[in-house]
Amino acid sequence: MRIAGKLGGAVVSLSMVVVLGFFLFRVIPGDPVVSWTRGRPTTPEMQAALRAEWGLDKPLPQQFLDYLGKLLRGDMGTSFTYSRPVLDVISERVGPTLLLVGTSTLIAVLLGLWLGIRGAWRRDSRFDRVSTGVALTLWSTPTFWLGMLLMMATGDLFPSRGMRDTDTAPGFFSQAVDVAHHLVLPSVTLIAVVYAQYQMVMRSSLLEELHASYLTTARAKGLRDDLVRRRHAVPNALLPVLTLVFLHLGLVVAGAITTETVFTWPGLGLLFYEALTGPDYALLQGLMVVTAGAVVVMNVFADLLYRVLDPRVRAA
Amino acid sequence: MRAKVLRLAAAIIAVTITSPFTSPPSAMAQAQPPVTLKVAIVQQIDSLNPFIAVFQSSTEVGRLMYDYLTAYAQADQKVVEGVAKTWEPSPGKLTWTFTVPDGKKWSDGKPLTARDVAFTYNLMLTNEVARTANGSFVANFESVTATDDRTVVVKTKAPQITMTALDVPIVPQHVWESVTDIKNYANDQVPVVGSGPFVLTEYKAGEYIKLKANRSYWRGAAKYDELHFVYFKNADAAVQALAKGEVDLVNRMAPAQFDSLADKENVTRNKAQGRRFNELLINPGAQTRTGTPIGDGNPALRDVRVRRAIARAIDLDALVKRVNAGYAEVGTGIIPPVFPKYHWEPSAAERRTFDAAAAKAELDAAGYPPKDGVRLSLRLLGRAGRAYDEQASEYLKQSLADIGIKIDVQLVSDDQLNQTTTAATYDLAFSGWGTNVDPDFILGLHTCGQRPGADGTGGTTDSYFCDAEYDRLYAQQLSEFDEAKRVEIVKAMQARFYDQVPSVVLCYENALEAYRSDRFSRFPVQPQTGGVIMAQNGVWGYYGAEPAAQSASSGSGRSWLGIAAGGVVVLVAAGGWFVARRRRATAEERE
Repeated sequence: MRIAGKLGGAVVSLSMVVVLGFFLFRVIPGDPVVSWTRGRPTTPEMQAALRAEWGLDKPLPQQFLDYLGKLLRGDMGTSFTYSRPVLDVISERVGPTLLLVGTSTLIAVLLGLWLGIRGAWRRDSRFDRVSTGVALTLWSTPTFWLGMLLMMATGDLFPSRGMRDTDTAPGFFSQAVDVAHHLVLPSVTLIAVVYAQYQMVMRSSLLEELHASYLTTARAKGLRDDLVRRRHAVPNALLPVLTLVFLHLGLVVAGAITTETVFTWPGLGLLFYEALTGPDYALLQGLMVVTAGAVVVMNVFADLLYRVLDPRVRAA
Repeated sequence: MRAKVLRLAAAIIAVTITSPFTSPPSAMAQAQPPVTLKVAIVQQIDSLNPFIAVFQSSTEVGRLMYDYLTAYAQADQKVVEGVAKTWEPSPGKLTWTFTVPDGKKWSDGKPLTARDVAFTYNLMLTNEVARTANGSFVANFESVTATDDRTVVVKTKAPQITMTALDVPIVPQHVWESVTDIKNYANDQVPVVGSGPFVLTEYKAGEYIKLKANRSYWRGAAKYDELHFVYFKNADAAVQALAKGEVDLVNRMAPAQFDSLADKENVTRNKAQGRRFNELLINPGAQTRTGTPIGDGNPALRDVRVRRAIARAIDLDALVKRVNAGYAEVGTGIIPPVFPKYHWEPSAAERRTFDAAAAKAELDAAGYPPKDGVRLSLRLLGRAGRAYDEQASEYLKQSLADIGIKIDVQLVSDDQLNQTTTAATYDLAFSGWGTNVDPDFILGLHTCGQRPGADGTGGTTDSYFCDAEYDRLYAQQLSEFDEAKRVEIVKAMQARFYDQVPSVVLCYENALEAYRSDRFSRFPVQPQTGGVIMAQNGVWGYYGAEPAAQSASSGSGRSWLGIAAGGVVVLVAAGGWFVARRRRATAEERE
């Protein structure tokens, strides 16, 4: 019953996203027809034809109903920019985004947890102070700036753009190495900027557990420090972090707009950024549905998982 | 545990380092890697379908794949052979006969004939979608017929001056006649059959485009093997990539980026005359085609004396020096000096020199005396994030304050600026246009007919200019086939425009490009002096590029593999250190 309620909530959220996505992007200033024909010899007839083709000649409520009808049949429309189905354009960008943001999130979570646990366990030690300081500094660094800085500082060790070179030999191994080589700078940038939040949450959550009496009991049993930490303190402190991780996993699909833009990484973030030019309504709506959908699904999942992991929530 | 980690590290390193040498012998036997020209483009590709692609980057790639009916010479941009070798108008200029010579071939070996030309134009005449990108060129066509394999006859409704400037890619009939849905035809079935100097062989959206030299190109094959366009969303990264040798050619650089490459080894810079002009629009009292006022421009600007006063208050020399860092020429007529035939410079008597006192006197005469030091308050719109608009707006704000005009600078997105200028809800606004070899397009933008219809849509006007004298001259040049006479009319139009000031042409920005001279020794520029390599009215820059004598394959070859190996070593070492540290820490805790 409770699960049904959650799922119902998710469906409501998604419908809101669909409505919001449609009207939100139409508030952005700009007339796609004007944007697309500017700078080229264009006749009024050509403009009118384009307007009709994109359905922009109809009144707004009619446009919305058309969009809704198509969406319910699984058709997200045709991108203004690329003249291809929105779903096709989006799906070819999902892979690169999952690779970049997925890898980075994974490493950032592990790094953040490790640093957070160590920092809390040796609170106010030099390690704690330095690692907290570094994390907060990186967290407040502008992504664009950090990316450019890394690009310049590393010289020609790593490529400046994209996911692969144009002249890499075909074959799985050389392609994979090439992609990994291209992945280094964007993922380091992304990790550097986001890992602090995991570290901070992990650290404060563990600090709260430190004086719990079950730890004293564990120590009294003669367990060594390492085991007290790993078997008793950390599992209890992990719960809030897990929520955070799952919330962020939903955002993985949305890509990392700035990082992808700096490094021209061909993912959803870059696509989103580019779709704002025009604006390409059809593509923006599609991206909104897909990315918001991922967040909603992950939230529901986190909610359910939380129940499994923490008996207290189940009982409540 | 530690030993295990070390063993694993050794194994990984061994595999990574030896793998290049253990690849199959066939791969190793490849004698010479192909010579590749790698070009950075900072605009994405919207489509490869030449009938619907509108982005400049796509048009440029399209030109490499498909010849147009005629081309523009590299040295002087004169009309030369394209698909057609000769052309002949009828005495009344309503019928044009183009001859396609024998022997031209599509890249798949099939002959290129007049029937392909007729097919392309007829497709555009009969299919609305096929007119998406280049429809304006055929809007005046009555009929197109191929009388035989060599001859195509185009009949127009009215004489058309641009008949040898039809920038329309000619496509192969044998491929396109089976395309039923042009809108959804991606044209990415590689290798894409074309007639240009290069053949498209691979396309990855948002990443790159690969082309191969067309060995059967009728002018002769290019001097290198492959041409790759790699996409950079970040222009700074593109400049970095050139400095590192990741790409061979970059354009559209900002002055600061261009300067940063000044002392770079093996990088040659090209400061060229650009085809664009930057202008300051002055809303002259916008009206629709039907004569209804539109927008909310300040009524004072309807008075030409006020517009002249604004123009006179701007020191264009100083603007170029400060804002363009000298990388521009001072603006006058709407056709840039890169097209010297049609470019117009005012005579000493016509020229409005910078003179704040004269500007004030003109405003006094127009009936705008200062009240508390302010004569007028105007909005100035520019693009946020565009360095030129940001800096020039501050400069103009000061200059105009000096003559008592208060400026409210509003920087908005590109799209919003276009929308605002189209809706005429501006007083002053930055704008700019690229121009073509034939001046018809840029001149036409300022005619009364380009203003929007009664519903406010369908307009392509730049400045809301509507002037009977200008329109009369425009119609006259459109049917003046004597070039010398046409040049005179075109210059008279620019003089009229300059006199009526619906906009102030501020400058012609230089096109700033750079290339790796260790990889390519020479690029033909268009025109011969002060010309560009990329964004030409043609493909000479790419087609005629000459590889440097000892040119190796682009990039650092296998070096990245070494780097990857290094990366693995670092990772494994870090992992080992971490494990070791952990063990030691636990050991200490136990004690």
